[in-house]
Amino acid sequence: MKTPFEALVRTHGATVLRVCRAVAGPDDAEDAWSEAFLAALRAYPELPDDANVEAWLVTIAHRKAIDQIRARRQAPLPTQELPEDSRAAPAVGGWQRDLWEDLATLPPKQRSAVVYHHVAGLPHREVAAILGGTPAAARRASADGIAALRRTYSGELR
Amino acid sequence: MSLTDLGLPDDDATLRRLSARLGQAAAEADLLDVAYRTIDSPLGTLLLAATPRGLVRVAFSIEATDEVLGELASRVSPRVLEDRPRLDPVARELGEYFEGRRRSFDVPVDLSLAAGFRREVVELLPRIAYGSTASYRQVAEMIGNPGATRAVGTACARNPVPLVLPCHRVVRADGATGAYRGGPEAKIALLALEKASGPAPAV
Repeated sequence: MKTPFEALVRTHGATVLRVCRAVAGPDDAEDAWSEAFLAALRAYPELPDDANVEAWLVTIAHRKAIDQIRARRQAPLPTQELPEDSRAAPAVGGWQRDLWEDLATLPPKQRSAVVYHHVAGLPHREVAAILGGTPAAARRASADGIAALRRTYSGELR
Repeated sequence: MSLTDLGLPDDDATLRRLSARLGQAAAEADLLDVAYRTIDSPLGTLLLAATPRGLVRVAFSIEATDEVLGELASRVSPRVLEDRPRLDPVARELGEYFEGRRRSFDVPVDLSLAAGFRREVVELLPRIAYGSTASYRQVAEMIGNPGATRAVGTACARNPVPLVLPCHRVVRADGATGAYRGGPEAKIALLALEKASGPAPAV
């Protein structure tokens, strides 16, 4: 028996939003969130009843967030002026821009491992199921990613 | 900060706004199999749910929301989301009904949650005029099965769209009000409302 989809949105909406922000950044996160839940709604009736719903949603969200980044890169720049180094931009509304930008510079596997484990809160076992490979490899990718972030991120990282 | 703090302080408001937008987008993409919303009424909060074909469920506040939505998910479709526009017409008509200004409903009804005999029973309920009542036995006779009094009672008790299909007008032969999905007090209040607003005007 399936849970009504609205319960998925209520239970996992915040996690999906965190994943979208971590991958796509704050400006594109909301569109990625909407695209992710719409895609999930479309596929939901065929999802096996014993599937890990959160891992499934996080995977879709991650994919949609990457689509948003790609779409933005292909879009023409609105002005001729080169954008200033965004690291110099001040935090807007409490948002620490440089952390997600540092995340974006990680190799894809490390970034995925960091986002799935530290942002979405999935155990390494689940991360490995999504990325392929062993739980130990997922743990290592996540640890390497965090180590790289510690080197580049200017703020304090717990 | 830690990575799990990658949220903004107004996350709750953001998520409410995104959820509302998702309901709209789902409806536009023909993915909203069951839309629901709640309305305030003199009988307490009512939950209304509709498929693209029509009103599929009216639930009273004494029914647990999770169970109502769970039944819709398992018996109609798991694609259930809150979305108001589809329910606006029925919300408006129910408002008029509770004000005594409406005596019958024009909204399409989807009886996916009532099959066979139970469906036959609830389909003929609108033939019991506003402000009047019929006994369970009379309804059984109307359906051509006078021995099915008890089954008529079950059908009324499980009517998926009470109020709009007026099972509250079916009472016991001894004059007692009888059971009701929204509780006996709700049934008494509805019969009193219809009595106070008078019988249907002659057409």
